[in-house]
Amino acid sequence: MMQLMTAAAPATRHVRASWIVEFYRSAIGKKAVMAITGAFLFGWIFLHMAGNLKVYTGAEHYNAYAQFLITMGAPLLPNKGALILVRTLLLIAVWFHIQAATQLTIMNRKARPVGYGERDFVAGTYAARTMRWGGVIILLFVIYHIGHLTFGKLHPDYIEGDVYHNFVTGFQVWWASAIYIIANLALGMHLYHGLWSMFNSLGLNHARFNAWKRAFATGFALVVTLANISFPIAVLTGFLH
Amino acid sequence: MDLTLQVWRQASRTADGKFVTYDAKGISPDASFLEMLDVVNEELTERGEQPIHFEHDCREGICGSCGMMINGVAHGPIGGTATCQLHMRHFKDGDNIRVEPWRARAFPIIKDLIVDRSPLDQIIQAGGYISVNTGSAIEANTLPIPKPVQEHAMDAAECIQCGACVAQCPNGAAQLFTSAKVSHLGLLPQGQPERYDRVIRMVEVMEEHFGSCTMYGECEAVCPKEISIDFIARMNRDYLAAKFKNRKEAGG
Repeated sequence: MMQLMTAAAPATRHVRASWIVEFYRSAIGKKAVMAITGAFLFGWIFLHMAGNLKVYTGAEHYNAYAQFLITMGAPLLPNKGALILVRTLLLIAVWFHIQAATQLTIMNRKARPVGYGERDFVAGTYAARTMRWGGVIILLFVIYHIGHLTFGKLHPDYIEGDVYHNFVTGFQVWWASAIYIIANLALGMHLYHGLWSMFNSLGLNHARFNAWKRAFATGFALVVTLANISFPIAVLTGFLH
Repeated sequence: MDLTLQVWRQASRTADGKFVTYDAKGISPDASFLEMLDVVNEELTERGEQPIHFEHDCREGICGSCGMMINGVAHGPIGGTATCQLHMRHFKDGDNIRVEPWRARAFPIIKDLIVDRSPLDQIIQAGGYISVNTGSAIEANTLPIPKPVQEHAMDAAECIQCGACVAQCPNGAAQLFTSAKVSHLGLLPQGQPERYDRVIRMVEVMEEHFGSCTMYGECEAVCPKEISIDFIARMNRDYLAAKFKNRKEAGG
């Protein structure tokens, strides 16, 4: 066992920082952070979609649901307390998701400064290849969406508290609906690759369950996209009015 | 069969390169891609021109020397083969074939289709070894390894370090290579003492030179040894474990 002593370790390459900084500095660490923040964002997106399905139960139920979100956690939390807590967590998750993605993209661009005269994709799906621009589209949409239905600044006829009214009158503008539909198609593709990829980023790999990962990603991407797209379509077709 | 080749010619690391068109006439469909290049090179030599430089050694898919982008795909259109195992019968008479070297910052072009792949060696140097005494072969049954584990380790050990995974990856990442090396040692009992140090060291060197993984799956599709991207997930798990485990308690 003398070799154990003689196998020379390479010299330390940089000054060691605290383990969490070291972890986030590495690309694999950043991917793990993207997976965890992505999973959190997906969980929220799913609940947001599920909550909005209440619009199909009528104005009364839908507005009551919106009111519940404001008073959620009472009396432990003040009005909008839970909402502000969740929004803070979302902002943190979005920040790290985008920061890691940007840093990794720069790293990847640098890894191949001179491209090919011709290149052919043999396995990469359209969804995988559009993660970055898809992410940008989703970010721009989220900014619009918050200005539109959360704060009403970009809304033609916003009434504070009457979310059903805001929903219907907002989507009656055809181009606003078009933006929602396009953005949710981009979201669906982002989820199709991201929900699958996150398992691998976290090292969750098991021969027996690997096929489930694909099914999970495809299933939830479809459910979220179809449900979200149904909202503007339901208004445009007059089903909701 | 007659073919038209567009080959990347570059005289040295620093010289400007360009695509040059060559006719490959009277090629046998049974020739390998490298043999086809040999025929073209003979003609070039007869004409007093510089032959197309490319790396090759065993020509039976085990040494990992050869490798080029053929019509935009590493090792060409047939899966599970190195360039030397690609035969001209997979092309049609009159085809146009574009031949380029691997492209990555870590793989500077030495000449024509030959690139310097030594960063892959640096990854191996960082941790691709075990510390057990290999002086004499021990009795095989003294170190029992379950057969599925042994086979899985062999699936990873098949990597021939050709660099096709890096060349094909849109991110120029070497995750498939590194994960194969991390896994084939990490799966076996002899590889346990350095298991977690190994993955951290090899990943650190890898990230100095190469891009990061976004799970396109391109590497797996062109790998001449068909190494699975599941090994990348496995490396990620070992890396995360290495960062979070109490190694005094981790055991073997």
